[in-house]
Amino acid sequence: MNGKYETHEHDVLVIGAGGAGLRAAIEALAQGASVGVVCKSLLGKAHTVMAEGGIAAAMANVDEADDWRAHFRDTIRGGKFLNNWRMAQIHAQESSERVRELEQWGALFDRTKDGRILQRAFGGHTFKRLCHVGDRTGLEMIRTLQDRGVQMGFDVYMECAITRLLKDGDRLAGAFGYWRENGRFVVFKAKSVVLATGGIGKAWPITSNSWEYTGDGMALAYDAGAELMDMEFVQFHPTGMVWPPGVQGILVTEAVRGEGGILRNKTGERFMERYDPKRMELSTRDVVARAIYTEVREGRGTEHGGAYLDISQKPAEYVKRKLPSMYHQFLELADVDITKGPMEVGPTCHYMMGGVKVEADTAASTVPGLFAAGEVAAGLHGANRLGGNSLSDLLVFGRRAGLVAAQHAKATVAPSLDPGQIDSAERAMLAPFERKEGESPYALHSDLQENMQKLVGIFRTEEDLRQALTKIEELKERSQRMSVSGSRMFNPGWHLGRDLESMLTVVEAVTRSALARQESRGAHSRIDYPDLDLSWGKQNNVIARKNERMELRQVPIPDMPEDLQVLLTEEKGSAA
Amino acid sequence: MSDATLKIFRGTREIGATVDYRVPIAPGMVVLDALHYVQSHLAPDLAVRWNCKAGKCGSCSAEVNGRPRLTCKTRMDTFPQDKPITILPMKSFPVIKDLVTDVSWNYKVNKKIPPFQPRAGVEWRMYQEDIDRVQEFRKCIECFLCQNVCHVLRDHDKQEQFGGPRFFVRVAGLEMHPLDGLQRTGLLKTELGIGLCNITKCCTEVCPEDIHITDNAIIPLKERVVDDFYDPLLGLVRKIRNAKEPAK
Repeated sequence: MNGKYETHEHDVLVIGAGGAGLRAAIEALAQGASVGVVCKSLLGKAHTVMAEGGIAAAMANVDEADDWRAHFRDTIRGGKFLNNWRMAQIHAQESSERVRELEQWGALFDRTKDGRILQRAFGGHTFKRLCHVGDRTGLEMIRTLQDRGVQMGFDVYMECAITRLLKDGDRLAGAFGYWRENGRFVVFKAKSVVLATGGIGKAWPITSNSWEYTGDGMALAYDAGAELMDMEFVQFHPTGMVWPPGVQGILVTEAVRGEGGILRNKTGERFMERYDPKRMELSTRDVVARAIYTEVREGRGTEHGGAYLDISQKPAEYVKRKLPSMYHQFLELADVDITKGPMEVGPTCHYMMGGVKVEADTAASTVPGLFAAGEVAAGLHGANRLGGNSLSDLLVFGRRAGLVAAQHAKATVAPSLDPGQIDSAERAMLAPFERKEGESPYALHSDLQENMQKLVGIFRTEEDLRQALTKIEELKERSQRMSVSGSRMFNPGWHLGRDLESMLTVVEAVTRSALARQESRGAHSRIDYPDLDLSWGKQNNVIARKNERMELRQVPIPDMPEDLQVLLTEEKGSAA
Repeated sequence: MSDATLKIFRGTREIGATVDYRVPIAPGMVVLDALHYVQSHLAPDLAVRWNCKAGKCGSCSAEVNGRPRLTCKTRMDTFPQDKPITILPMKSFPVIKDLVTDVSWNYKVNKKIPPFQPRAGVEWRMYQEDIDRVQEFRKCIECFLCQNVCHVLRDHDKQEQFGGPRFFVRVAGLEMHPLDGLQRTGLLKTELGIGLCNITKCCTEVCPEDIHITDNAIIPLKERVVDDFYDPLLGLVRKIRNAKEPAK
């Protein structure tokens, strides 16, 4: 290197400091690796902090009949059989141990009467399975992991954004990025890189996701030659706030329904009876989101276009104790006292089931040295994620990614960095400053969001999806003319401009995959193909970059071994 | 729909002044929405730190009309519309740009605190009534508003000798954890300088999570420091009862 750039070197570089990134970093440290963690925000502010309802783990503290087999079965059923079965198996088997570990590191979950971790009911879970802390489970988790990692001694690069992965031939060599504070560039050299960057919610205007959720990891991996999978499966959480406009999309935790909340339409009808009479409000998220959307579309929505969600039949003290954030959120932001009356809720873009295609046991992508864990990775959740399975995903596969990344680093020699790649990454970042009077990144973002909401939402058609692709091409062209004003010091317009590039790559992958899948399954609902198609249930859509273009192919799902197949048919336990 | 005028600090720690922006008001709008409007329509490089916009991450702290607040939870309709609303960065931290301040000092203080250490051979059973008070402390979202208003930091600049309310809350959460086996009163007395706090309760007043910082965290910790260092007999009793070892 010519010393032109600030450079840091680590065995393992973790990009993202939410649950998966922190858990990966902790495990890599435990293996003796030198670990750097890069995050776009301050440490402890990552999206995991917003997780509310709980961590799914078959600890059987409340329902004795629960075990990993039942958790596996629920996960595969919830994912409409599209899941990577090996991931679902590992996840169900290891999540209890990961939760106990958190407790041993200082996390304080709500308790059962006999002093164990309390578990609550949640959509799609046969048993009471979600370990929780009121409705702020994610905060408890991130603070516990953060304190653990700081104590073990990882280097944290806060408010630093990665814009390109660097390669040495076929293998990963590091990453290039900028400091948000002063706009200076920075290079990381690493033998292993773990992506833990989360999802893509900011491509939709109504979302529960924070500004960071711009699909960076998926786009970085795609650019570096890795494969993306299941990109058509975007989860719309059934219950976001709908009123007032400023709070639209803010999450209303599924724990409201887990604690007994009832959904009604404007006529007072408990409409879930028509959509899923058995599970009612605790049906899976795809079903409840479609139900609310349909009620509104058919004219039975509330004043502000949602459904009523009512928990006020429970004692006020109970509601305040189990759902304190929801109580304050509605009181302060919407003037609604949820202990006295119903909330108005509607679907909000929440989670990406698809992402970087990884090996189940190792979290390795198709690029040597590149790993991915958490929301950025695909496979575990199939066509629809169950609530509570995300936090456990972060812990289980974060740990595995960190472990294997450290082992990989030990077994390989240091890569070398290519100054040509770095210079080109720098030129790309500086280009918008050199253009004058071009497109505004804010206007482009807002147009992109409008496009996705209108054309690639809960219900999809071929015509809409084709139109969306045309729009995305236009937006890409316009983004080539984007300009930013001001200096490189903490300049959100400039930052958004770069995030937009990631979003454009990812939404193209989403739209192409959605167009290809001519059936309805889980979170992917096609009006023109309303039924499940068994042949589509045997394959995943996989996307890779070929000759600067996005290439989509179908890859068969490996056959499930018999000992797991048996679990899917077996009915066990009282509540099954 | 009517308009409001925001007077927003623009500049760096060396030079800066407030600049006026006109923003249309929508129902239920919060100050952070107004700042986003300014970014997308009037000043694309306005620096604002935020993440969740739901009061859960504690990133968007600022001083709104002189009062430290989370801008995502501060509704525009709580202010008279005919008067400008002034938005300044937190005063106790050095400004980086506009409303973004350098809060890295907090992360340095945090590193000094020995983490949770379970007592040897502990059985992992805890009862809700024993953890209720610790769960209150663990609600903290690290918005640093309490650090910002604490006069020991804000007016007397005792950053070197004093940890601040946020970290007393963190230590309280560890010290009162039913299974923790470490004693941190030495740290509280010397490095975190808890004696400098004269319980004016400014921290409690601004806490967006309603943590009773002074009453439930600081005062009990002060009492423990007194017991351990100024009343050896009581200190001994506490030591035997809790079986805590002093942190190294």
